[in-house]
Amino acid sequence: MIYQGKQKIWSDYQKEIPDDHWYYVRSCIRQNFFPGSERMFLEICRNVLGRDFHETEHHTTCGGIAYHCDTIPQETAMTIVARQFALMTEAGYENYVASCITSFGNYTEILETWHEFPELETRIRELLWKACRKEFRKPKYLAHTSDLIFKYRNEIAEKAVHHLVNKETGEPLRVVEHIGCHYAKMFPSKGIGGAEYPYVLAGMVEAWGGNVIDYPERRHCCGYGFRQYHIKANRGYSVSNTYKKFESMEPYRPDMIITNCPGCPYFLDRWQYVIAETEGKTYGQNGYGIPVFTYEEVAGLVLGYDPWDLGLQLHQVAVEPLLDKIGIPYVPEDKYKGLDRKEIMRPGLPQNLKCY
Amino acid sequence: MSMFGFRISPSSTIDLDKVDRNRFKKLCALEPDASKCMACGSCSATCSASEFSGMSVRKVLLCLQQGREKEAYAMMSSCMLCGKCLMVCPRGINTRHLILSISRIYGKEESI
Repeated sequence: MIYQGKQKIWSDYQKEIPDDHWYYVRSCIRQNFFPGSERMFLEICRNVLGRDFHETEHHTTCGGIAYHCDTIPQETAMTIVARQFALMTEAGYENYVASCITSFGNYTEILETWHEFPELETRIRELLWKACRKEFRKPKYLAHTSDLIFKYRNEIAEKAVHHLVNKETGEPLRVVEHIGCHYAKMFPSKGIGGAEYPYVLAGMVEAWGGNVIDYPERRHCCGYGFRQYHIKANRGYSVSNTYKKFESMEPYRPDMIITNCPGCPYFLDRWQYVIAETEGKTYGQNGYGIPVFTYEEVAGLVLGYDPWDLGLQLHQVAVEPLLDKIGIPYVPEDKYKGLDRKEIMRPGLPQNLKCY
Repeated sequence: MSMFGFRISPSSTIDLDKVDRNRFKKLCALEPDASKCMACGSCSATCSASEFSGMSVRKVLLCLQQGREKEAYAMMSSCMLCGKCLMVCPRGINTRHLILSISRIYGKEESI
């Protein structure tokens, strides 16, 4: 293919992201899985980078989990989303940013559906009015929070205290980047780099000093997949997907994994414990696992935040070997201390997976 | 394994770089029709043995290409050589002769 042709195709998958003034909505499950991430996102955007991010306690779930589990019809999910847009309209914002990949996919799907079937949008407006007397304007711009960290990646790199570099050898860390399926697999033009070559996390890793690993199952699902996990009998299918990914990345000896989806870091992290307990197999060095991070946690580490303030003690796989490798200081005794400096409960240790 | 109530399923990935394709190459040299199959499934649809034994010439060829030789040979042992598949094959493959050639090449090997 001629170079100009490549440039043209690549330009189709770039996003013009507004710089400031965003209406922010949280994820249902990230608050429980890795609660430090969303707090860190707002902390970085508001206090470190000085941007305007508005959030309200009145917003709810986007309905994405129920929709993808086939428990609610799409009209219900659409009315829930319409209410979120109404809250944004009331707050006087036009740019909408979602913390969850599935929400982002859900919003994109709904906006595209309304674009194709305007009569459906009219019906949803009627339903919303009947349900809660609200009206809405559609967002001018819809983004996922990882798009914004991608946009701000160079500003973060300028303020970086640590880099994704092995302090002993000076070599860049080998990083696996894992993109949530609902980011660009449904609507490739809505993700930075499209579905095949998403650049959103790779761009962050490169800007912060790491090396991205390319491995055969790089675009494979993490295994969560909603129905695969939510029905217990199907969980073997979920963990088998994760197992396949780890088997594929193992020969490349990754130092860490970075993800941009609520489910992926959780399952890539927790299933390492299940794989270790059932198969006796661990993927990190010396019996440890490969630590899995959200992009906000990595941004926080790069900016020099305390690992325990980022919530890294909630990870199943021990993060300490990686912190030592980069040279990030931490106080081991503070790992399980709460905000009031009192000891919170310590988890039991697995048999096969080495943990601190 | 049962401590979680579920287990890891064995991967169905076939690494074609690790498959020994020498016998399949030998088969193609002896029986060039083996590479003509377009996997339409007409042979499977007409096969008298298929309903009872899972025999299918299409599947046998696919298994041989993927190195699943034991599976292919076991499937083929149900063939009665009636020749119905030969009559319906749109590519004109002499399936009965193909099956005999497969048994000649793969049947000799004790390892499979």
